[in-house]
Amino acid sequence: MKQRETGTEEDRRRFLMKLSLGLGGLAAAAAGIPVLGALLAPLLEKTGQTWRTVGTLRDFEIGTTSLIKYENPNPQAWAGVTAHSAAWLRRDSEKEFLAFSVNCTHLGCPVRWEQKADLFMCPCHGGVYYRDGTVAAGPPPNSLPQYAVRVKSGQVQIRTAPIPITNITA
Amino acid sequence: MSKLKKIGHWLDDRTGFSDTILPLLKHPVPPDAKWSYVFGSATLFCFLLQVLTGIGLALLYQPSSETAYQSLQFITHKAVMGNVLRGIHYFGASGMILMAGVHMVRVYLTASYKYPREMSWISGVFLLLFTITMGFTGQLLRWDSNGVWSSIVAAEQLGRVPFIGTTLARLLIGGDTLGAQSLSRFFAYHVFIFPGLIFLFVGFHLQQVIRNGISEPPKPGRLVDPKTYRQWYSNMLEKVGRPFWPDAAWRDALFGSLVILVIVALAVIFGPPELTKPPDPSIIYTTPTPDWYLLSIFALFALMPPSIESYVIFIGPVLAIGALIALPLLSNKGERSPRRRPWSVVVVICVVVFMISLLIAGFQAPWSPEFKPRPLAAAMQVPEQPVLKKGMVLFSDKGCLYCHRMHGVGGIKGPDLSTIGRNWTAEQLRIQIVNGSEGMPAYGGMLTNDELHALVVFLDARQ
Repeated sequence: MKQRETGTEEDRRRFLMKLSLGLGGLAAAAAGIPVLGALLAPLLEKTGQTWRTVGTLRDFEIGTTSLIKYENPNPQAWAGVTAHSAAWLRRDSEKEFLAFSVNCTHLGCPVRWEQKADLFMCPCHGGVYYRDGTVAAGPPPNSLPQYAVRVKSGQVQIRTAPIPITNITA
Repeated sequence: MSKLKKIGHWLDDRTGFSDTILPLLKHPVPPDAKWSYVFGSATLFCFLLQVLTGIGLALLYQPSSETAYQSLQFITHKAVMGNVLRGIHYFGASGMILMAGVHMVRVYLTASYKYPREMSWISGVFLLLFTITMGFTGQLLRWDSNGVWSSIVAAEQLGRVPFIGTTLARLLIGGDTLGAQSLSRFFAYHVFIFPGLIFLFVGFHLQQVIRNGISEPPKPGRLVDPKTYRQWYSNMLEKVGRPFWPDAAWRDALFGSLVILVIVALAVIFGPPELTKPPDPSIIYTTPTPDWYLLSIFALFALMPPSIESYVIFIGPVLAIGALIALPLLSNKGERSPRRRPWSVVVVICVVVFMISLLIAGFQAPWSPEFKPRPLAAAMQVPEQPVLKKGMVLFSDKGCLYCHRMHGVGGIKGPDLSTIGRNWTAEQLRIQIVNGSEGMPAYGGMLTNDELHALVVFLDARQ
C-alpha cells in the first residue's frame, strides 16, 4: 500500500516536471516564432521587380557605355539613398542596349567602365572585363551579369533585379 | 563609524557577498602565473571598454539606412567629444582583436588547452569568431560607401556557401538589394545579438577558470596525465597557490588599464577613420577596403588561384574553425612546454608571418589598377618621332599604365615596362598585347593595326 503511494507520488512529480518543461517550451516557441519571423523577414517578403526609366534614346550615344542610376522596386520610406541602384548601360546600335551589373562577380565590388581602354575594371582585386562583360583578366569567375533593357515610346527602361550573388559552383 | 560598519555587515549578511563572491575572487592560482597571463583579461577589459563606448555611441547614433550617415557626421564633427568616442571604439576594436590573438597564441604555445581545459579553448574559439564578427558588423555601422560596399562583399562571400548561399546573402543585407532593412539588421547583430553571445560565452569561459583553475606555467618534462592531473593540481595549489585577488589580479588590472590608456591616447591623437562618401549604392567610384584585421583575408582573395577560389571561400573557414575546435580533443595530454613542442612554435611563426605578409600586401594592393596614374608625359621625355609619341599616348589611354609601371608612374599589378625592349622582341610584345594572359586582357580586338604597331614600336624602344 505504502509502496504504491510512493509510486503515484513519483508519477505525479514526473508528470509535473514534464508539464513544466513542455509548457516552458511552448511559451518559448510562442514568443520566439515572431522573433524568428523578424529575422527571416527579408526572405519571406516578395518584392517583385519593375521597369525603371533611366533616360530617353537621345541620352545614350551609340557605342558608349554609361552609368545609369535608378530606384529599387518598392523601397521603404526610410531607405533614403540606399534605395538607389546603378548599372552600366551600353548602346550598341539604334535599338540594341545591354545593361551590365556594376557588381564584380568575384566579390561584388563596384566595377568602373574605362572608356578609352574599352574595359570594365574592379578596384578591389583587379578583375577586368571586356566591353561585352566577359572576363578579360583577374579573379572573377563569371561574366558581368546583364539586366533586361527595353525601349518604350522613346524611353529607355531597365528591369530592376536583385544584387547578383556568385555561388560556389561558379 | 560603528553605524556604518553595522550597515556594511547587514548588507553583507543579506547579499552574501563574502560568502559567495569573495571565494571566487580569492580562488587560488599557481604562484608563477605572471605577465604572460594578462592577455585574456586585457581582452575582457577591451570588451568592457567597447560596451561602454558603444553605449555612448548609441546615444548619438541613428540606426537607420537613411540617416545613419548624417548622425555619423554629427558624432565625428559636432557632438561633444564624439570624435574621441568614435576613436576609442575604433581603436578598442583593434585592441580587443589584438589582445585576443596574443592570448590565443600564449594558450597555444603553453598548450593550456590540454586536459581538463578543453572547453576553455573551444569556447575561446567561439569568442574569437564573435569578436571578429563584431569588428566586421561594426565596420558596416560606419554606414558610408565603404560600409555599404563591405556589406555587399560579405554577402558575396556568404553566397559561396553550398545550396543556401544566395539565401544567406539576402538574409545578410535584408532583401534583394540594399535598403531600409539593411542597417537595422546590422545594428541588431552588432548591438544585441553578438554582444549577447559574447557575454554568454565570456561567462562560460570564466566559469571554466573557476572549475578547472588557470593552467600552471609549463615545465619541460612535466606531462599532463588526465588520470592524475586534477589531484596533482589541487595538491600544488594547496601547497603554493596564491589567492587570485589581490596577489595575481593586480597584474591584470595594471596591464588592462595601460591597454585602455593607450587606446584612448590613440583615439585622441589620431581620431577615428574619416567617413567616405554617402551610403548610396549608385555611387560606384569607391574602393571598399576592410579594416586591418580583415585585410589579410581580403588580400588572400586577390592572390588565390581563381579556379579554386569559390571553394576556398567556403571550405577554408570551415576547415580552419574545425581544426581549431578539434585541437584540444585530438591532443589533450602529455607535454605542454613549447621547448618540447617545437612544432607549436613553428606553427605560430608561420601563421604570424603569413598574416603579416598578407596584411602588407593588402595595404599595397598591387593587384588593384591604379585608376589615376600620374601622366607618363611628366615622367619621361616625350619622344619626337610621331609613332613613338602615339605609342606613349596609347600606353596611357588604353589602360596599360593602370597595371604597368613605367619610369616610376603607373600601377604595379604587372611587370615594370621601363626597359622591356631590352629583353623582349617586337614580335613577343605584339603577341602578348594581342593575346593577353591570365592577368592581362587580350587587346587584339580593341586596337587597330596602326595602334598595335605604335604600341609595339614604343615598347620596343624602352631600352
